[in-house]
Amino acid sequence: MIALVDSISDQTLTTALFYLFALLSAGSALGVAISRNIVRTAVFLLGALVGVGGLYFLLNAEFLAAVQLVVYAGGTLILIIFGVMLTSKSPFSRFEPKLGEVMIAISIGSVLLIALVMGILRTTFASQELNITTYPLVQLGQVLLGDYLIPFELASVLLLVVMIGAAYLAKGRREIPQRRERTEASETMRRWS
Amino acid sequence: MALIPSLLADSAPTLLQRLLSDRLGLTPSPGVNALVSLALIAVVFLPVVSLVAMFSIWWERKVAGHIQSRLGPNRVGPIGLLQSLADGIKLLLKEDLIPKDADKFLFRLAPYLAFAPAFAAFLALPFGPDMTFEPRLSVGVFWILAILSIEIMGVILAGWASNNKWSVYGAMREACQMVSYEIPLGISIIVGIMAAGTLNMVQLGHLQAGGIHTWLIYHNPFAFAAFFTYFIASLASNKRAPFDLPESESELVAGFHTEYSGLRFSFFFFAEYAAMFIIAGIQTALFLGGWNDPFGLMGYFYNQFQTSGNDVGLFIVNLVGVGIFVTKVLGLVFVQMWIRWTLPRPRIDQVLYACVKVLLPLACALLLGAAVWQLLVPELSFPTALPGAGDPSSYNPWRYLHPWNYWDWAARGAVATFVMQMLLALIGVAGFAATSAWVFYAFVSGRNLKQRLTDPLPIDKAPESLVKA
Repeated sequence: MIALVDSISDQTLTTALFYLFALLSAGSALGVAISRNIVRTAVFLLGALVGVGGLYFLLNAEFLAAVQLVVYAGGTLILIIFGVMLTSKSPFSRFEPKLGEVMIAISIGSVLLIALVMGILRTTFASQELNITTYPLVQLGQVLLGDYLIPFELASVLLLVVMIGAAYLAKGRREIPQRRERTEASETMRRWS
Repeated sequence: MALIPSLLADSAPTLLQRLLSDRLGLTPSPGVNALVSLALIAVVFLPVVSLVAMFSIWWERKVAGHIQSRLGPNRVGPIGLLQSLADGIKLLLKEDLIPKDADKFLFRLAPYLAFAPAFAAFLALPFGPDMTFEPRLSVGVFWILAILSIEIMGVILAGWASNNKWSVYGAMREACQMVSYEIPLGISIIVGIMAAGTLNMVQLGHLQAGGIHTWLIYHNPFAFAAFFTYFIASLASNKRAPFDLPESESELVAGFHTEYSGLRFSFFFFAEYAAMFIIAGIQTALFLGGWNDPFGLMGYFYNQFQTSGNDVGLFIVNLVGVGIFVTKVLGLVFVQMWIRWTLPRPRIDQVLYACVKVLLPLACALLLGAAVWQLLVPELSFPTALPGAGDPSSYNPWRYLHPWNYWDWAARGAVATFVMQMLLALIGVAGFAATSAWVFYAFVSGRNLKQRLTDPLPIDKAPESLVKA
């Protein structure tokens, strides 16, 4: 028994974990496409994002994995869920695609799948040893503010523009308050609220 | 992918692995490591997290009771200690009720989505110098934040899947609140991390091993203020009072977990108390010195035992460190409970106002101040070649100087840092002593009051301020 456990190498562990996370991502992505209920598609999307985060962890990109979880699972997905929940007519509205639409989708999807798989199988990927000499985060910080400073700043400008736009869109109109009569109840309300 | 085997192979074996390989003759192969990790989770972590949650629930009810001038649970067990156990057994035996029109899959999924992240975040908490579940996690603090943001999804799904107006309101308020407060939370953490220079929680602990003045809360005044902004933001992020609108018991029945009963409800409950422990754990590890005592003895003895290779001594230091860490965390948890039963609950728009118009500008100002401080004030530099490389205990100040000796600091050009740290440490200790003295006085003088339960104040005359002729 100990010999069996001993014989599990790093390669086995990483392969097993890779299959686990890949199954999670691919299965959830399939669920997003197939599921009939719109809130469930958002939940399956959570599974896909968490699976991709796990794959980042396997690739030793810990910071990227954590950022994926914070930004995607904890931010973008919440936004999507809000949009879905606040605009759906009822919790049980289901997609009812017609047979023709389904056939077109399946054919386009399979063409894409075959093209991608053939492309991946035919390419020889050069596996490059990572040149991590210092603390990876130190290197990341230095690179972000050194070599890639301009894209970093452009991204922050883009985010600023998005925030301003969102704040403007969400502002709404302010009504001019009409004169209200001062009763005792409204005076108490004004004083104690 | 080739990096992972090398990472797994060359990392310095932790104390537990060394003990296992020396005493039990197990070679530290990856399979054995994985098995040991699984065994640790099943035998140590899961019971400990459940015990922590059960103890916190009992303690909260006792604290609530005594603050409200009553006793809390006192029948089951010695001082009501087994109450949580009794509650757990009761919840297990309840009927598993799913509302007829609820979305069954999401209804069942939501408690696990809420509990699993809270449980997973425990693996980065540094209970002792060698007692961290995953010490090589280079993004320790950020990992905890990241994994706790999955909990938001669990709460939203719980509210939605219940098909219940109050639950949906609770879930929406909660999502708004948790997501908004993540920003000041993250910025406060950045202020602390800037003072430290590392995200790895074990390194953070070793960094603060020089005594109370090396604790990061006293590093500069901005980190001092960041501790408090982090505390407030973490209360909101954990939907803890005074920000407990999602589960506001007096308004929304029970908020997002109205329809949950039995074991499913206990998952949410456990998740909340586990998250309380975790955010208090981050505060302790990042700001309050982690497993270190105020005199720096832990760092001193760890350094001694490490250089002399004394395994038994290291183990004892680790155990004491775990005790100190858990004591500090439970103290912070007590403060959270204390605040819950003292302050009233603001409205959701007041909560979001506090976030966006008060905490966020304050946190940004602190960030700016801390960045300027880092630029202008010379720091104590450690003669390690690469920050974060290899051994986390290379951050231990005892290796390079005597942290309580002013001339050692002056010799390295870090006079301003030392003076500021000592000053802030004095302020902090004075504040803590004053608060403790006040609490002690209240406790002692309250015992002498004869009229507590039986003699309420007569309210036949309204106070002057309310009476207007």
